[in-house]
Amino acid sequence: MHDPSGLTSRSTPSDTAKSIALHFALLIGATLALTPFFWLICATLKSGEDLFTFTFLPWHDLSRLTTSNFKSLFQQQPFALWMFNSLFLAATQTTLVVTLSSLGGFALAKYQFKGKKLLMLLMLATMLLPGQVLLTGGYELMYNFGWINSYASILVPGAVSVFGMFLFRQAMQTVPDELLQAGRVDGCSELRLWWEIALPIVRPMIGAFTLMSFLASWNSFLWPQIMLQDEIKYNLPMGLANMIQLPEYRQEYGILMAGTLLGIIPVVILFFILQKDFIAGLTSGAVKG
Amino acid sequence: MNRDYSPAPLAPPPPSSHRLWTLQARLAPYLFVLPFILLFCLFLLYPIYRSIVLSFYKSAGPRKEVFIGPANYLFLLKDQLFWLAVANTAAFTLLCLLVQIPVSLILALILNNKRVKLRGVFRFAFFTTHVVGSVFLAVLFSMLLSPRAGLLNRALAVFVGHPVDINWLGEPNLVLPALLLASLWVSVGFGMIYFLAALQAVDKELYEAAEVDGANKWSQFWNITLPGIKPVLIFMILIGTIAGFQLFELPYVLFQGGAGPKSRGLTIVMYLFQHGFEAGNLGYAAAIGWVLVLMILAVAILQIRSMRATQES
Repeated sequence: MHDPSGLTSRSTPSDTAKSIALHFALLIGATLALTPFFWLICATLKSGEDLFTFTFLPWHDLSRLTTSNFKSLFQQQPFALWMFNSLFLAATQTTLVVTLSSLGGFALAKYQFKGKKLLMLLMLATMLLPGQVLLTGGYELMYNFGWINSYASILVPGAVSVFGMFLFRQAMQTVPDELLQAGRVDGCSELRLWWEIALPIVRPMIGAFTLMSFLASWNSFLWPQIMLQDEIKYNLPMGLANMIQLPEYRQEYGILMAGTLLGIIPVVILFFILQKDFIAGLTSGAVKG
Repeated sequence: MNRDYSPAPLAPPPPSSHRLWTLQARLAPYLFVLPFILLFCLFLLYPIYRSIVLSFYKSAGPRKEVFIGPANYLFLLKDQLFWLAVANTAAFTLLCLLVQIPVSLILALILNNKRVKLRGVFRFAFFTTHVVGSVFLAVLFSMLLSPRAGLLNRALAVFVGHPVDINWLGEPNLVLPALLLASLWVSVGFGMIYFLAALQAVDKELYEAAEVDGANKWSQFWNITLPGIKPVLIFMILIGTIAGFQLFELPYVLFQGGAGPKSRGLTIVMYLFQHGFEAGNLGYAAAIGWVLVLMILAVAILQIRSMRATQES
């Protein structure tokens, strides 16, 4: 309803009611989003029978809570190793892909060079293809390289990201040419211009793309599942996905939930730290374009 | 940041190092993109080319390959399991978008309201689910949906007043709802973030002008908000379609490496995986991959065209 005076619209009773309704809707939504997390945490702390008896926690007797699920997880499976593998793979791959993409994106945004148009065209064309089309040709290539069951098959192809190149190209366009020119006059090499002038300016994009790459690697399953064979080389999703297929874990909800929680917590923390950059970087292309 | 931009009072460099200096300036862009180009050609372009070639071969592992022409594609047309996978995948994608887009938009509209307090907290709450990887999501939901201890049946029991014993992962007709529930949990907040960014980019003055003209909230939504966020809406539908057609990990892990009851959880990528990497026929898998590409492109072109058509009318 339009209020012609425009002055009384601050705190009428209908406005208060509206405000309460809005917050109520949000609260329901947030409950739906967060309850599975809470249920998951509760499930990891309950032993066998309590899992089936109590929906969340045995509130009347919290001494029944146990850490035995986590202990069993680490004793029965090489779970610590899988976590370490995932951390190593995600950290290495993220470092490589952020470095290469920011360097390449800088060149695409700030330099003219032969073949640039053709390169961008080829990049755009591959971006339209779903990654699964690479599985067969990629498998064959890895087989010919002798990289099956080695981390090279994950880290080396994982260092290239067309999406990352475009993200950084877009971000690097905001770097003022005058600043680069001033740097050149000061005697900076082109590599130092990238490191000392361009990178600090696109720092939010580095945060966003770091989180995106880390998430993608940490959560990756299909390609590692095809490439890695030894159980000791599994990453965390592979380890957990193979555990859930074992008959002895069919009823061991607590142990499986403990593994799931440990797979989620690191990225939730990372997201909490980098969320502003992440959201800005994620939506920048879509809203501007 | 107290940089001095005045020309440096340096003596001109000696000629030989001057040549080196111009050389590094000239070669820099090539050296910067060189690592990317090498990896791009070797690990993207070449595998794409090989997967086109492979799709015309019958193979048992990467070493035994026999040229069979377009037979893989012809067989695919008559392969009933493949079409079941297509039907499952398409139904999932369509239903997922039909729920995700409106719910995400409504949430974003609410969060964008000036009256809302603690916007950051709510935004974080809705969006955190997005960081949960597909495998973790699948393991979590295999427990949430379990008949006896699962949260969903417990919650339903509270509403209906008696214990509920629905076997969400065992009934063929419940496979699709189970997959939808799990993927909506991670995708609604993701969509909301995009719509929120789009809403904040809509020109505020348009609303003020509409207020002056006496337009009500509903007509403001149809005439200002919706046209304003249309690019993001199209983008959301497009990436939702692409992601939906690539569904694999969620059903694969949820149904313990299988396709679920009556293969209702079989998706196109799962079928590709089964042929290429469980049965070892890379050729047939490659053909499935290219048919998937054609389907995604066809749907994307259709969507963009229909969007353009509605824009012109």
